[in-house]
Amino acid sequence: MPDILVYALHYEGAINKNSLGAVSEGARLADQLGGKAHAILVGEGVPDDLAASLGAYGASRVLVAEGPEGLAQPVVDAMAQAIAAGGYSYALFGGGLLGFEIGAGLAARLSAGVAMEVTGVRVEGGKLIAERPILGDSAISEIEFRSEVGIVIGRLNAFETKQTGAGAAPVEHLSFELSEHAKRAKMVSRGEQRGADVDIEGADILVAGGRGLGKAEAFELCENLAKAFGNNAAVAATRAVVDAGWYPYAAQIGQTGKTVAPKLYLAAGISGAIQHKVGMQASENIVAINKDANAPIFEFSDLGIVGDLHKIMPKLIDAVKAKRES
Amino acid sequence: MKICVLVKEVPDAAVEKRIDSSTGRMDRSGEKNLNPYDTHAIEAAMQIREGGSVPVDEIVAVTMGPESAVRALHKAVSLGADRSVHLTDPLLAGSDVAATGYALAETLKREQPDLVLLGQQSDDGECYTIGAVVAEHLGMPSLTQVIKMDVTDGSLRCERQAEYGYDTVEVSTPAVISVGDAINEPRYPSLKAIMGAKKKPLQTLSVADLGIDANRVGGEHSAAHWLSVKAPPQKAAGVMIEDEDTAETVEKIIAWLDERKLL
Ligand SMILES: Cc1cc2nc3c(=O)[nH]c(=O)nc-3n(C[C@H](O)[C@H](O)[C@H](O)COP(=O)(O)OP(=O)(O)OC[C@H]3O[C@@H](n4cnc5c(N)ncnc54)[C@H](O)[C@@H]3O)c2cc1C
Ligand SMILES: Nc1ncnc2c1ncn2[C@@H]1O[C@H](COP(=O)(O)O)[C@@H](O)[C@H]1O
Repeated sequence: MPDILVYALHYEGAINKNSLGAVSEGARLADQLGGKAHAILVGEGVPDDLAASLGAYGASRVLVAEGPEGLAQPVVDAMAQAIAAGGYSYALFGGGLLGFEIGAGLAARLSAGVAMEVTGVRVEGGKLIAERPILGDSAISEIEFRSEVGIVIGRLNAFETKQTGAGAAPVEHLSFELSEHAKRAKMVSRGEQRGADVDIEGADILVAGGRGLGKAEAFELCENLAKAFGNNAAVAATRAVVDAGWYPYAAQIGQTGKTVAPKLYLAAGISGAIQHKVGMQASENIVAINKDANAPIFEFSDLGIVGDLHKIMPKLIDAVKAKRES
Repeated sequence: MKICVLVKEVPDAAVEKRIDSSTGRMDRSGEKNLNPYDTHAIEAAMQIREGGSVPVDEIVAVTMGPESAVRALHKAVSLGADRSVHLTDPLLAGSDVAATGYALAETLKREQPDLVLLGQQSDDGECYTIGAVVAEHLGMPSLTQVIKMDVTDGSLRCERQAEYGYDTVEVSTPAVISVGDAINEPRYPSLKAIMGAKKKPLQTLSVADLGIDANRVGGEHSAAHWLSVKAPPQKAAGVMIEDEDTAETVEKIIAWLDERKLL
């Protein structure tokens, strides 16, 4: 039975968008393999209608397990139990942080092969082949699984969300045993929003700042440039500067932040790490200012400026203002 | 408390990383260094020791890798580890994440640490996941990407950014924690520490020494098998400007933006 079990992350009554992509992808692949795609949700009092809604994305059955939310190891327990009972050939995860932790833990539990950061999956000879970019996306490796179960962890936004399913899926409640070590981690508080609540998703132009700004105060450069561009512009940030407390989490782009696709994304002092790239690579125009000519961001910029942002930005702000006023 | 820090030798970031087309594996020749992300894990261990909220008996650096990986261990010791353990064996070559995690867990079982610390990612492998694999084999709770850790006797209060914002999680020890690079600013080793590093105890172990199942490690036994490596789809190269005369640079940027009606 080449069936696929897809993990669906949910939070505050909604399924994660990347999980919807993973369920859609699971359904597409299961169809080609001649099997079924089932989804699994783990949480406290998951509503049946939320679970059933995954049917629209192609899940032919949804398993719901009662367990702590936001931690990986309880999900490993639940999925291992589901796989032991259901005989799945593959486990599939969308991008994100928990998917990595769960997929890796499950690989250890099942002695299974795991491929992470996967950007594409295809069926060949009745098996899945995963494509994984390596070495800063300069090459793509193709991976097959030699274990009973293969584990595929997608890259953020790699899988397209598609409503191909027949509507509500049957929901089945799964009971499972928490392992001793899973009981030793407790969520104290989840989803704390650090910093102001800024809205960046509607912006046509984003001026994004990274660690290259040097200090929190230098975000003023990004704000002034955004202001010069006018009402449709806002300021975004990398995780490095959000973790440092320089800018609010609500403005963070990337794997554990927002995904955006503005008309213009201007990155100042940002190296272009994969986890940042996945949240902004669909932008129509990407402009980068970085003093390091070898910065990875130049590999995917439409216009790259090698130089010191502290010299360039002030003049650029004035020039944008002057141009827009003329 | 006994802390084990997992460290890895990686190609220097300044050196181009390549795939060896004859083996399909990563070409790990050339200049090597301690994975920069691991220096944050060592620093975190040092800060627990110096913080004094719990006594730290020992900090042990552990690696799995070829002979040359001793240099990463020396660097780890110069940054504060008391001694190091080197798992090295031709049987391990080409191990995937799951096999590497299994072998490292077997090595750690002998040490019986109260806390295992790792870096957030290896500069070459970029799997972000060794910690979760190791933890599962050791039967310990684990978290990745931790950027704040308060240690009290028998428990850790950890903060990290996940999909929906910052989470605070309480974990009881023994535990496996991989730290994010925002957790601290690693110190530089003193000249004295660099000189003394080679004199600190270093234990070299093989697969047989540890009773590692040879059928579960190495490229041939890895369940995730690399079939091939190909080039990514070519994207048209962007326009590059070298900033020499800033007024001129800005003029060019404005012209570029204007052409695309972005102003
Ligand atoms: C699981 C996981 C999830 C993650 N999630 C995210 C995420 O959601 N979003 C995210 O952004 N990151 C995320 N990261 C972190 C990511 O890997 C990078 O560490 C981060 O994006 C780097 O931020 P940065 O570009 O600001 O800093 P750096 O990588 O330090 O880059 C700073 C850049 O500024 C340049 N610079 C310095 N001074 C100047 C100057 N004067 N003028 C011009 N340029 C200058 C430097 O050359 C350098 O390229 C995640 C990592 C992991 C492992
Ligand atoms: N061969 C290895 N030996 C010891 N530690 C390792 C090894 N590979 C990875 N690690 C640790 O695991 C972390 C994450 O690596 P990775 O999962 O490869 O991105 C690294 O920062 C190291 O702390």
